[in-house]
Amino acid sequence: MSRPTPLRDVHESLGATLTDFAGWLMPLRYGSESAEHNAVRTAAGLFDLSHMGEIFLTGPQAGQALDYALVGHLSALAPGRARYTMIVGEDGGVLDDLIVYRLADERFMVVANASNYLLVARELAARAAGFDAVVDDQSEQWALIAVQGPRAQEILSSLTDADLPGLKYYAGLPGVVAGAQALIARTGYTGEDGFELFIANEDAAPLWQELVKAGEPYGLIPAGLSSRDTLRLEAGMPLYGNELSTALTPFDAGLGRVVKFDKPGDFVGRAALEAVKDDPPRRRLVGLVAHGRRVPRHGYPVTKDGAVVGEVTSGAPSQTLGKPIAMAYVDTGVTEGVAVDIRGSQEGMDLVALPFYKRSAHS
Amino acid sequence: MSSIPDELSYTKEHEWVAGLDDGRTVTVGITAFAAEALGDVVFVQLPEAGSTVEAGDSIGEVESTKSVSEIYAPVGGEVTEVNQAVVDDPSLVNNDPYGEGWMFRVRLEGDPEDLLTAEEYGALTSGDS
Repeated sequence: MSRPTPLRDVHESLGATLTDFAGWLMPLRYGSESAEHNAVRTAAGLFDLSHMGEIFLTGPQAGQALDYALVGHLSALAPGRARYTMIVGEDGGVLDDLIVYRLADERFMVVANASNYLLVARELAARAAGFDAVVDDQSEQWALIAVQGPRAQEILSSLTDADLPGLKYYAGLPGVVAGAQALIARTGYTGEDGFELFIANEDAAPLWQELVKAGEPYGLIPAGLSSRDTLRLEAGMPLYGNELSTALTPFDAGLGRVVKFDKPGDFVGRAALEAVKDDPPRRRLVGLVAHGRRVPRHGYPVTKDGAVVGEVTSGAPSQTLGKPIAMAYVDTGVTEGVAVDIRGSQEGMDLVALPFYKRSAHS
Repeated sequence: MSSIPDELSYTKEHEWVAGLDDGRTVTVGITAFAAEALGDVVFVQLPEAGSTVEAGDSIGEVESTKSVSEIYAPVGGEVTEVNQAVVDDPSLVNNDPYGEGWMFRVRLEGDPEDLLTAEEYGALTSGDS
């Protein structure tokens, strides 16, 4: 039985197609997922992300505890700023990718994927045991609504006095939005400018309605997980379970930059990651653009001259490119002439650098 | 509730068959229920005109953003015509599944078996949803 978010009734009244995702009943799409995708690229989309986990660390040694628990240097993060990071096992395998917000000198919020937050909360509690810090998993008390797209700031500014123009990418500040106390973060998973609003469960439905009302004149529409997936794929952003897994280190995923060996002290996974950090990776994460119209999908083999040289991790038709695209791990050294085995038929692909889509710098 | 026109026949694989009463050539497509479940259809692969199919054969596929489904021959016979318009513009499957979104025509060989009435198909899909 999937758990509903505080917005379930709203989604049902909008006629959403609901789906189970990581144990949660989530909106897959409201109408056409292509229209939802395009709205986020050209105007704005509204997402329910209440399935994400929010785990708080509070105390004089909260920063040091995170330095030990995660691969990043979180104690160096300035209050009000956020960082993309990862939690790995002793063997260096990725347990989850995370965004960590420093809310105050002695208070951090770790945002984990829905599929992993129970494990992350458990690991953080265990790893923080020797530090003067309290770990509190508040995932069930928080809703998360994202406004994403080039019109997001205009829409949100009509509902809050918070200094949105002054809020940098990967930063967050507390504020009141349409009467609701929120953590307003300039983060997202779409490749567009946008905001994520962390709010109490009971504020979610009224805030959603206010955002719809304020956003409609700008072209905002509710958008489901299907468009969220194609948006992040175009933006070349990894999804845990597809591009990231316990079988891969951050280096395998081409994300070794998140591992901060020069931070003070030991951290879980350091020895294993030190040992592999200079190894040439066997495969690397690349983009594929299909010559034809059939879609390469998760798990399909990448081939060259009939031999398997890689595997697709995510694939979908791209609205922005007008062609099917995919991310795939492909053997180092293979740079062209590849195909994807789509149910027995070898479909030609161009091998390209990620991302597929990058928004033009906003003024 | 998706529309299920009374005058059509259906399969458990969410296809519709039209023209059984009129003669020996029938028209085949996928139902509104199937189109809604798939989401935006982006690619349709159909059998070749002139090919011979047997009921139950996998003879094509429909891809949407999130998934891919096979098209099964609901009846046996010769494929006489395929709808090039739906190949060129797969969104016809979503916008007009029982009309412009039709997929192919088959000249029947023998009598079709195991087709469902609209009522039976309605019962099947209300159990699914």
